[in-house]
Amino acid sequence: MKKIIFLISALSISLLGFSQENSLGEIHGDFNLNLQSYQEDSAIGAQAADEIILNNAYLNLNYTKGNFAAGLRYESYLNALADYDPEFRGNGIPYRYATYSIDGLEITAGNYYEQLGSGLIFRTYEEKGLGIDNAMDGVRLKYNLYTGINLKTFIGKSRTHFTYADGIFRGADAEININEAFDSESKTKVILGGSFISRYQERINPIFKIPQNVSAYAGRLNLIFGGWSYYGEYAYKINDPANALSESAMNYASGNAFTQNITFSKRGFGFSAEIHRIDNMTFKSDRDKDGKAYLINYIPTLTKPHAYSLLALYPCATQSDGEFGAQLDIFYKIKKGTKLGGKYGTKLTLNYSRINGLNGGSSFLNDNTNHVPSLISIKEELYFEEINIEINRKINKKVQTNFIIANQTYNRDFLEGHVPGDYGVLNSTIFITDLSYKVKKGHSARIELQLLKSKQLKDYTPHTGSYENGMEEPAEGDWGMMLLEYTISPNWFFTVQDMYNLGNEIVDDRLHYINLSAGYIKGANRFEIGYGKKREGIFCVGGVCKLVPSSNGFSLSISSSF
Amino acid sequence: MNKKTLFSLFFATLVASISFAQNRTLPNIQVKTLDGSNFNITQLENNGKPIVISFWATWCKPCKKELNTIAEVYEEWQDETGVKLVAISIDDTRSMSRVAPYVNSSDWDYEIYLDPNSDLKRAMGVSTVPHTFLLNGRNKIVWQHKGYIDGDEMKLLEAIRELVLEK
Repeated sequence: MKKIIFLISALSISLLGFSQENSLGEIHGDFNLNLQSYQEDSAIGAQAADEIILNNAYLNLNYTKGNFAAGLRYESYLNALADYDPEFRGNGIPYRYATYSIDGLEITAGNYYEQLGSGLIFRTYEEKGLGIDNAMDGVRLKYNLYTGINLKTFIGKSRTHFTYADGIFRGADAEININEAFDSESKTKVILGGSFISRYQERINPIFKIPQNVSAYAGRLNLIFGGWSYYGEYAYKINDPANALSESAMNYASGNAFTQNITFSKRGFGFSAEIHRIDNMTFKSDRDKDGKAYLINYIPTLTKPHAYSLLALYPCATQSDGEFGAQLDIFYKIKKGTKLGGKYGTKLTLNYSRINGLNGGSSFLNDNTNHVPSLISIKEELYFEEINIEINRKINKKVQTNFIIANQTYNRDFLEGHVPGDYGVLNSTIFITDLSYKVKKGHSARIELQLLKSKQLKDYTPHTGSYENGMEEPAEGDWGMMLLEYTISPNWFFTVQDMYNLGNEIVDDRLHYINLSAGYIKGANRFEIGYGKKREGIFCVGGVCKLVPSSNGFSLSISSSF
Repeated sequence: MNKKTLFSLFFATLVASISFAQNRTLPNIQVKTLDGSNFNITQLENNGKPIVISFWATWCKPCKKELNTIAEVYEEWQDETGVKLVAISIDDTRSMSRVAPYVNSSDWDYEIYLDPNSDLKRAMGVSTVPHTFLLNGRNKIVWQHKGYIDGDEMKLLEAIRELVLEK
C-alpha cells in the first residue's frame, strides 16, 4: 500500500514537472447518439419495436503527441436502429489504432481506412448513415521515398459488424508525381499511379477448383494543364467464382473496369464529363457472403447525389456486376450586375447522367458458356437516366431562391431486384422551389415545395398485370412535399415537413408523412428532437444503398465534438 | 493523504497536462491539393493571421450556402482581419471531380483541399458537414461550430475580430 502511495506521488510530481516543460499531448474526439422510438402504424406499414426504443451511439477518442497518434472508437447498439443491420448488436471497441511517422515513414498498427486509386479495386471507409464500416485491422506502412514518390503497403482483415471477414488482404500502391520528382517547371502536371491487392481465402469447394489468392490491380494517370484536368484509371481482377456446387453457377470470368474523366474550369464556368464501364467487378471480403458489409471495392455511381427528398426518392445504385455509365455536369455563373444575372449573379447547373447494362450482361465463363460483352454498350437495358437543371439566384439582401426541374427514368424492377413487370420503369418529372427569407437579424425562414409527377414507361416491360398501370403492383404515382423551416442564428432551428403520396393508385394509400423537428446548436454541440413518420425507401450514399423501413416515432440525436 | 485523494491528484495532473480545446493543434494528416499534390495540413500558414477551416461537400446544401455567403464578403473580411479561409471538401471519388468546376464557377477565392477518404475529417472529430474551425495565428484551434444556419457567418466574423483584437 505504501509503495502504491509512493509511486503515485512520484508519478504526479514528475508529471507536474513534465507538463510545464513539455505537453503530454492532446486528446480530442467526437460523440454521437441516435435514439428512436418505434410505434406501430399499420397504414404506412411501420412496426413497433419490442424494445420500444432503439439506440446507436459512438465515441471517438484520438490522442496525439507530435508525430505519434493513437485512438479508439467505442460503439454501442442497444439495439441497433431499425435501418441498421441487426448484426450490429451490443457494445464494443471495434476500432483502435496507433500510428507514428518519422523521416517520411508512417507506420500504423491496428485499424485503418485505406483507398487505392479511386477505389475500383479496394476501398475501406466508414459511412455511418449507411451502417458501413469495413475498416482494416492489421498493419500499414506509407513511405515518402523521394519528393513526389509515395509508396504504401498493408496487410489486414476487413471489419464486418463486430467481427472480421474471412479474407486476408495484402495491398500495395505506388504514386509518382513527375513534376515534383524531377523538379520540373512544366505547365503540364503528370501523376502516375499503380496499385495491387490480393485476397487470400481458403478453398473449401469439394468439386471445383477455385483460386485461393484472388488478385486485382489498377493503373491510373492524372494530367493537369491550366484549367483542364484528366483522370483515367483501368482495373483488372482475376476470376473469383463464388463457392457454388452446380457447374452452371460457376463463373470463371475475370473482371475489369475503367473510368475516364475530363474537367475544365475557369472563373464563372466549369464542366466535368465522365464515363465508366464496369464488368464483373464485385469484390468482397468473403467470396461466399452477400450484403454491403462485405464489399471491399468502391464503384461510385455516375449520377448526381441529391439533397432534396423527392429527387432522391428513386436513387440509382451502382451495379458492380456490370454497367456502362456516362455523366456530364456544367456549372455557369451569370455575372452580377447584368440583366440576366441580377444584382448578385445567377448560378446555373446542368447535370445529365445515364446508366445502362452491358450487352448480353457481364462477362461469364465456364465449360458451357463464354460471354464477353462489347466494349461500348449504350443501347442496352436502361437502369437510370436523369437530366437536371438548377437555377440559384439571390434576389436581394433578404430573398434567396433555388429552382430545379429534373426528369428521371428509374428501372424500378431491375434496380430494386423485382420480377420484371412488378413495378416496371418509372419516369418522373420533379419540380422544386426553395425560397429563403431573412426576417430580421439572425432570423430566417425557408420554404421548400416539391412535386414529383410520375408515369409508367410501358415500352420497357410487358404490361399484363392486374393494376391500372399495367403492372403486378399498384403505382405509387405522384408525390408532393412541403417543408417550412425557421432558424435563429446561431442556436435554434425548427422544421415541419409533409410528404404526401397524392397520386397513389390505391386511394386509401394516399398518405401524409408528417415530420416535426427542433434543434439547438451551441458551438461544437448539437441536439435535435423529432417526431414523425418515415416512408419505406432506399437511402444511398455513393451508390451503396440501404433499405429504410417505414417507421413512426420520436427521435433524439446528439452530436458533440471536442 | 489517503489513496483516493492521491488518485484524484494523479488524474487531475494528468488531465491538466494533456491539453484540451484551448491549445488544440492540427493533426498530422495529408490531404490533396486540386492539382493532385499531397499537402500536410499542419503546414497551413497565413503570416500569423487567423485561418478558418470549413469542411464541406458539393452535395451539401448548407455548406454551399455558408461558403457562398462568405464569398460575397470575403474581400472585406480579408481587408479587415487578414483572415484566410481554407475549404476542405470531403467529396469522395463519386463527386470529387465536381469540386474544381464548382469552386471556380462560383468565384471562390478560398484555398481548397480534398479529403476523399475522410482521413482529416475523422482526425478532427467532424461527424457531419458543415463544420467550421477557427485557428489563431499559431495554428491552434480556438473556436468551432457545427452546421450552418443563415446568419452564422456573423458569429464567425465576431470570433475572428476577437482574435485579431487579442493580439
